[in-house]
Amino acid sequence: MGSPFGRFLLRRLGLSLLTLWLVSVVVFLGAQVLPGDPGRAVLGPLADARAVAALNKELGADRPPVEVYFSWVGGMLQGDLGQSYAYRAPVAPFVGDALLKSLKLVGVIFLIVVPLGVGAGVIAALNAGKPIDRILSVTSLSLTVIPEFVSAIALILVFAVILRWLPLSASWPTGAGPLTQLQHLILPALPLVIVLFGYIARMARAGTIEALSSDYTRTAILKGLPWRTVLTRHVLRNALVPTITVIAAQTGYALGGLVVVETLFRYQGIGNLVLSAAKAKDFAMLQAGILTIGAFFIVATLIADCITVMLNPRLRAELGR
Amino acid sequence: MSMTDTKTHSPALELEDLSVAYTVRGRDLPVLSNVSLTIQRGEAYGLVGESGSGKSTVALALQRVLPSNGRISSGHARVAGKDVAELGATELRRMRAKDVAMVFQDPGKALNPSLTVGRQMAEVFEILGSSGSEAKRRGEEMLGRVRISDPARVMASFPHQLSGGMQQRVVIAMALAKDPALLILDEPTTGLDATIEAEVLDLVDTLRQEFGAAVLFISHNLAAVASLCNRVGVLYAGKLVEEGPARELFNDPRHPYTAGLLRCLPRAGFKGGAALDNIPGFPPPPGSITQGCVFAPRCGLVQERCRVDEPPLYDVGTGRGSRCHFHDKVDDLPRMSEAPPVNTPERGPNVEPVLKLKHLSKTYELPGNRKVQALRDVTLTLDPGETLGLVGESGSGKSTLANLVLGLAEHDDGGRISIDGTEVPASVHQRPREAIKAIQIIFQNPDSALNRAHTVKHLIGRAVEKLAGIVGSERESRIRQLLEAVRLTPRQLPAKPRQLSGGMKQRVAVARAFAADPRVIVCDEPTSALDVSVQSAILNLLSELQAERQVSYILISHDLGVVRHLSDRIAVMYLGRLMEIGPARSVIEGPHHPYTEALLSAAPTVTGERGERIRLEGQIPSPIDPPTGCVFNTRCPRKFAKICETEEPPFALDDEGHAIRCHLPREKLGRGRRMEGVDVVEAGA
Ligand SMILES: Nc1ncnc2c1ncn2[C@@H]1O[C@H](COP(=O)(O)OP(=O)(O)O)[C@@H](O)[C@H]1O
Ligand code: SF4
Ligand code: SF4
Ligand SMILES: [Mg+2]
Repeated sequence: MGSPFGRFLLRRLGLSLLTLWLVSVVVFLGAQVLPGDPGRAVLGPLADARAVAALNKELGADRPPVEVYFSWVGGMLQGDLGQSYAYRAPVAPFVGDALLKSLKLVGVIFLIVVPLGVGAGVIAALNAGKPIDRILSVTSLSLTVIPEFVSAIALILVFAVILRWLPLSASWPTGAGPLTQLQHLILPALPLVIVLFGYIARMARAGTIEALSSDYTRTAILKGLPWRTVLTRHVLRNALVPTITVIAAQTGYALGGLVVVETLFRYQGIGNLVLSAAKAKDFAMLQAGILTIGAFFIVATLIADCITVMLNPRLRAELGR
Repeated sequence: MSMTDTKTHSPALELEDLSVAYTVRGRDLPVLSNVSLTIQRGEAYGLVGESGSGKSTVALALQRVLPSNGRISSGHARVAGKDVAELGATELRRMRAKDVAMVFQDPGKALNPSLTVGRQMAEVFEILGSSGSEAKRRGEEMLGRVRISDPARVMASFPHQLSGGMQQRVVIAMALAKDPALLILDEPTTGLDATIEAEVLDLVDTLRQEFGAAVLFISHNLAAVASLCNRVGVLYAGKLVEEGPARELFNDPRHPYTAGLLRCLPRAGFKGGAALDNIPGFPPPPGSITQGCVFAPRCGLVQERCRVDEPPLYDVGTGRGSRCHFHDKVDDLPRMSEAPPVNTPERGPNVEPVLKLKHLSKTYELPGNRKVQALRDVTLTLDPGETLGLVGESGSGKSTLANLVLGLAEHDDGGRISIDGTEVPASVHQRPREAIKAIQIIFQNPDSALNRAHTVKHLIGRAVEKLAGIVGSERESRIRQLLEAVRLTPRQLPAKPRQLSGGMKQRVAVARAFAADPRVIVCDEPTSALDVSVQSAILNLLSELQAERQVSYILISHDLGVVRHLSDRIAVMYLGRLMEIGPARSVIEGPHHPYTEALLSAAPTVTGERGERIRLEGQIPSPIDPPTGCVFNTRCPRKFAKICETEEPPFALDDEGHAIRCHLPREKLGRGRRMEGVDVVEAGA
């Protein structure tokens, strides 16, 4: 690709791969350092020494770490994420399934929070200083500080237990259609929506206020353009660039919050997978899970960067140099 | 009267007792009170006054785009006969689309950064009913009319890909596209270079005649107003204090404020000529003066009566008015500030120059093995107590030269910088402390130079410690000494930059530069961000400090008035080369380099007289690929032979030390027009 954007993409991709590799090293080292004797750690003090040795061999603990690392990475590159000790089965299908579920949840979260947050921010900005702005600002600020587990429990109580509007469990029956799935996902999505809403709304508000008071907006108004055109073509386009960056950065935060939410709602996503793998000392699963989360985060950032650059011609031009 | 009649016979703008208030924390601040003025069709009206006087508010109010906390509290604003306060949403939009257009100060901000110029241009025509492709065609045509040579390329560009001057042309094209009855220009050239400023002013002047639009030209640059406008209004603290035909008003002001502003302007004189005066004090906060004359606290003619009776608008001649009880005594206005001492530099065979630059060049490497010579073979000296003015369009290498002298950029091998006879390393990091102390800088924008988080005391104190190496109790007394030298009071010590006015911030910057008894100070556009009244105070301060301490200045400015007022010698740069250097008077009065001639002809003067403007065709060539022979040959109006394109001219030096780099013999070079000083307003020393 010869265009500046292509080169930028290549460079960022390379950087992402490097990051991913670093994550893999850290994850691997973490798993190596923690227990001195993984077989013993997994099987407990009462287990038979032969069983421990066999498991160590299976886990590769008897081989030099560098060799183990390379065979792990090598396997991974071929799509083999290793063998789960707990399930005595390949890790890959579990991780794949969990990732898909988490993606659905994250998708629902952003589907709800982005329009809400951006909308609230823009409305607040258009009415800056008026009561509606104060209400929105105070609300979003106070919502941001509610921990997910508090809001999750409150939401469960209200919507699932008392009102019975939404199903309590996040897991849907097998073969359920998208609508049913969505119904199951709304409740688990809400705690993170609540937290993210504030961030996005504040960013959108600040960006819009800045764009509104800019000379180019004044120029657009003074061209006699209809207010709607001024808003969509001139204000929002410039206002939302910083917001998109924030949304992308919050993806990482959303993933952190997933662990809490998925556990509470007993949803078999990647957060839950990592947590139970850690509890079961299922190292292969744990490593693959964390690595997947890392990869997911990196991809999200990459996409956000690309969008930011595409929306901002000045950045795009700087790429050319 | 039918609609068309209203459109053609009513004035382009009529303000009738217009008052505007901003609500701040529940209180109404009156920023405009009872402003009345009329602009006839095709007339150019200048509105001048210090910043904060309400000029922009006038422009915003008459288009109904005041900030959300502002409102018209009484009176009327009529554009092309229609009272803007009475227009409904649709009519208001129609007025904006057709009758009035505005050009803002900073063209970079007035254009939407994420849309192409073409899109933004087309919009104007679409709103007037053109189809997409027609709008595009008309947009291109319009760009052609503002003398943009390559409209198609500009249409496809994003704003940041264009130079400031080009951006301002685009904004003007967008404004004129609707053929408005009234064109408002709010400080349209404040951010631009002298030559570009002159170009833009010329353009506005020609277009005004082509389009027949009335112009409201808002500026604190009196000379620019004088060169463009038929009539002028002077705004002070939200009141129109004087009004009249431009020439008469500037030649014979009938209000002490106008007279004061004019005395702040560096004009015809050279260093050692008439000293600048200034207007002491600050404009009052809106609404703080409820009785008598608003100018009384700063007025040199103030009488008891002024504090009690508010002066009405007195009729002081045909079409002239002044809000001063003593408008007939303005000629007696005393000097309001002490004239600063003027230093004569030490010269002579026994005096060692404080700064010697020998064969300084600076080459930047670009990607792709390309090179830019930002500076080429500059040799010059600076005597103790001398001021060297440095002029040239942007991109001519002024700032590069300053950076090399300061050691912020390293010159190429082969060059030499000596301070007081001792050669110093190229990089500031390798220079001994003495050498670093010796050369300091004052920037154009004190905001970016001063750390906002620190107090004045900290800012000056740190310079005293770091540079002068003074600590302990002596540090305190040194800070106070500096503070006094720049006319600040200890009350300002705990203040942070944002609590200070622009002028005070620049004083802090000056104090910092003087902290360690420097030998040379580079002043990079030290006053171009300031009002004339503040500028004159800072310029006087610089003169005074020079006389006191024998410090030398390298003064970079695009304001030729400022340069000639302060400089002993002037150097003219073009494309990284020194084209001319010599005593200020010789350079200005000539014979001088064809480039200098063009620069000088571009500068507007407050008397409104502008000699024959010498237009430089085309853009400055790229320094990556400079023209062969004389680098100025692609734009030189006096180019005379093949030799200009083939051979770089040598420096021809006369016995006054005036050197010119041109193949033309001296007697064929141009001479400056004589600038007639307007002695009526010149303050008696
Ligand atoms: N939105 C605002 N709210 C409160 N005060 C303002 C606002 N805008 C301008 N002002 C004040 O109004 C006065 C006039 O400002 P302005 O019209 O911008 O003057 P100028 O253009 O002459 O510099 C100043 O005192 C300024 O501080
Ligand atoms: S009325 Fe008095 S205070 Fe006001 S400008 Fe005239 S002389 Fe000065
Ligand atoms: S050498 Fe020729 S081109 Fe250069 S300035 Fe002189 S006349 Fe003009
Ligand atoms: Mg203004």
